[in-house]
Amino acid sequence: MGIDLPLIWAVIISFGVMMYVVMDGFDLGIGMLYPFFKDARDRDVMMNTVAPVWDGNETWLVLGGAGLFAAFPLAYAVVLSALYLPLVFMLIGLVFRGVAFEFRFKARENRRHIWDKAFIGGSLAATFFQGVVLGAFIKGIPVVDGRFAGAALDWLAPFPLFCGLGLVVAYSLLGCTWLIMKTEGPLQRRMYTLARPLALALLAVIGILSLWTPLAHEAIARRWFSLPNLIWFLPVPLLVLLSIRALLRSVANGNQVRPFLLTLALVFLGYSGLIISLWPNIIPPSISLRDAAAPPQSQGFVLVGALLIIPVILGYTAWSYYVFRGKVRHGEGYH
Amino acid sequence: MFGWEALDLARIQFAFTVSFHILFPAITIGLASYLAVLEGLWLKTREQVYLDLYHFWLKIFAVNFGMGVVSGIVMSYQFGTNWSNFSTFAGSVTGPLLAYEVLTAFFLEAGFLGVMLFGLNRVGPGLHFFATLMVAIGTLISTFWILASNSWMHTPQGHAIVDGKLIPVDWLAVIFNPSFPYRLLHMAVASYLATAFLVGASAAWHLLRGHDNLALRKMLSMAMWMALLVAPLQAVIGDFHGINTLEHQPAKIAAIEGHWENRADEPTPLILVGWPDMQREETRFAVEIPVLGSLILKHSLSEPIPALKEFAAQDRPNSTVVFWTFRIMVGLGLLMIATGLWSLWLRRRGGLYRSRRFLRMVLLMGPSGLLAILAGWLTTEIGRQPWVVYGLMRTRDAVSAHGITEMGISLALFVVVYLAVFGVGFGYMLHLVHKGPQTNEGREPLHGGAGRPRTPARPLSAPEEGLDEGAPSARS
Ligand code: HDD
Ligand code: HEM
Ligand code: HEM
Repeated sequence: MGIDLPLIWAVIISFGVMMYVVMDGFDLGIGMLYPFFKDARDRDVMMNTVAPVWDGNETWLVLGGAGLFAAFPLAYAVVLSALYLPLVFMLIGLVFRGVAFEFRFKARENRRHIWDKAFIGGSLAATFFQGVVLGAFIKGIPVVDGRFAGAALDWLAPFPLFCGLGLVVAYSLLGCTWLIMKTEGPLQRRMYTLARPLALALLAVIGILSLWTPLAHEAIARRWFSLPNLIWFLPVPLLVLLSIRALLRSVANGNQVRPFLLTLALVFLGYSGLIISLWPNIIPPSISLRDAAAPPQSQGFVLVGALLIIPVILGYTAWSYYVFRGKVRHGEGYH
Repeated sequence: MFGWEALDLARIQFAFTVSFHILFPAITIGLASYLAVLEGLWLKTREQVYLDLYHFWLKIFAVNFGMGVVSGIVMSYQFGTNWSNFSTFAGSVTGPLLAYEVLTAFFLEAGFLGVMLFGLNRVGPGLHFFATLMVAIGTLISTFWILASNSWMHTPQGHAIVDGKLIPVDWLAVIFNPSFPYRLLHMAVASYLATAFLVGASAAWHLLRGHDNLALRKMLSMAMWMALLVAPLQAVIGDFHGINTLEHQPAKIAAIEGHWENRADEPTPLILVGWPDMQREETRFAVEIPVLGSLILKHSLSEPIPALKEFAAQDRPNSTVVFWTFRIMVGLGLLMIATGLWSLWLRRRGGLYRSRRFLRMVLLMGPSGLLAILAGWLTTEIGRQPWVVYGLMRTRDAVSAHGITEMGISLALFVVVYLAVFGVGFGYMLHLVHKGPQTNEGREPLHGGAGRPRTPARPLSAPEEGLDEGAPSARS
């Protein structure tokens, strides 16, 4: 057969998850930055920078789930049932955060703080448990006879928990640099002061994970440190260092857009590193893309739609960002 | 816990989360189309009242949509987390349908929602109307795919079984499976009816309190035209749906009718009320009309329908439950038809907006659509048991192998969080309804438009504009 369907699907799903991390990353990050900004009007502005687009951002998560369901049902079944509790916690976090967008503006003045807390707590829980899910996934999921064969609390281990923390830092930095781009005045100045420590914290997280992952997983170490792979993959860590340096500099210079773009580059690099480590497994450490693939009738059927429709989706998503371009000011919400 | 197994908890969890979810889509589907109609009428006639109504319902739509999205995201993960064996077995059929729903519907709704909610003064009325239309169409496309998937689970076809897993063979057969057209029509119409009765009840509430203006009258009038024209249509669709089910899931119909036994070639009566007893294998205290069952379901005076005793005991759905959920749905449907007829009579005589008895009836009927939807889904899904994919996989074999503790924790979490969060959400929607439509709410937007990106948006969310302050606002 000419077309390698499982490969194409792996690329599409990776792309969907990447879009999710990038787009929902910054709006979850905004929720986690809320505690640093007590003024209700600042909070209005922060929320208004994403209110018109958050739903679309989150839809990429649904695409990731549904794409996995359609193209790799075995992986969908095994991974989701293995990570049951952290996923439930993540979903509940998303429930709180999602309704806060609407409820906050409908609540009475004296109740609004409840939805502020729901927004903060929901964003934090969703992010942290996403990280935990990711960490537990990298750590590996035991499978016997096509069923999850581990224990319910396998995810409750240092590595996944640290990944949870790491994702909190990464999304906060995304949110912070997004707000640098979308706000002005005192609010923006405070974002600049937050960006530096967050960037340094992210550097630390990336450093620790790059050591921890290969040390704990022999296969991943072999992937990275054997020749000629080492030479091919060397640009990834180098680019990470360069980007962090450029990021710190752009923050110091007071650039408006560049910090956000550089943070995106960092997230993208981290994500590429992850894919390099896991390839070609879809349920690490043993089930490969091909083992878990749906029959070609299913993968082909959805592929037609995906290839036709995803460009259109990207088109109208871009349009909607264009409609809401520019800085958001106090008292000028879209709400 | 109460002698329950993990399977029972998984079923309760699914039923609980999906029952909450379905209420929001029903309102979303109905309101999105209603908003599109209102905006279209406004663009055509330029009468302020339509724009006022648009702004009024848009706020409620926004709150409802948010809840629909978050409860839906939970649903899309449930198949993997709770029904992983189902997903492994049938994922290559139902997965692609869900994926198409995301691609063709969810992104469309989400992509244009922002502009619909916040963009009227940024893009101008024409493009804004387009965005509203896209959202409305998105909700209907979504209905199409999710019901294709659900209907396929009821009447599967177009697949083969290879190595113990399903493989799709003919996608058109999978999508347009025998029960799909009926279910799609019945559900879409149910959403419209449910919304119409919510809109009508909102108007009735204000009219009963002596508030009276053109907007409220328009609301009541539009809702009652829907009731008059569409409720009878729903009964006809439902009748065809039932006949189709008789063909494909005879055990379900026997359970719905509480019909246990056929003697010789006697026609089947219609049991109006009674208590189907699964242990005794009979329907106690039955009040029945002879022959009518055969007449409705077979359009015949003599031919009986299959009876429950013809199916092995472990293959019978719970007749006690579906007997009653079905009667609740049909009863509410008949009341809707009656309300519609009454409104016509009052319209003729004058007094549609004044008859207190009628207005009270409309107010009471407010939740009727949502209740009928829940009752209908319970009938359909419980009547499908013990199968999850009819005839191919039993519910018992579909469930993930979770321990009772995890299932207990997650179920408790969902129950507490859903009741709290969505309870408050319904509260907010009611509050918004109580505020009522404001006149001239959307006066500014006309000055906006493309090419004027910095048009000041109204300062709608200024903190002093919480719910109770009553300040007019497009979307506070
Ligand atoms: C009759 C129609 C219907 C039915 C039976 C269902 N849904 Fe639903 N769903 C919708 C109609 C809908 C909708 C109208 O399209 C919603 C409601 C509010 C919204 O945002 O879109 C939606 C939202 C919605 C979302 C959020 C989409 C987004 O991110 O924008 C997801 C993931 C699901 N649903 C998934 C499901 C699943 C897995 C179901 C089956 C158990 C299900 N829905 C039943
Ligand atoms: C396409 C969408 C749907 C799919 C794929 C679907 C599928 C399922 C599955 C997998 C189960 C589990 C089996 C079981 O617990 O018995 C189930 C049960 C159930 N579903 Fe659906 N369903 C869908 C839509 C709905 C909707 C919209 C409702 C509306 C309220 C609903 C109501 C129920 C109920 C009440 C049960 C529990 C029945 C029981 O346990 O006896 N379903 N459905
Ligand atoms: C008045 C006469 C009505 C009749 C004869 C009727 C008939 C039926 C039948 C036979 C089913 C079960 C189909 C199956 O499981 O295979 C059903 C399901 C359902 N009904 Fe009705 N119905 C009526 C009114 C209504 C009304 C007024 C509503 C809501 C506004 C409604 C909403 C539903 C829903 C949501 C379902 C589940 C989805 C489906 O299977 O279509 N029905 N109806």
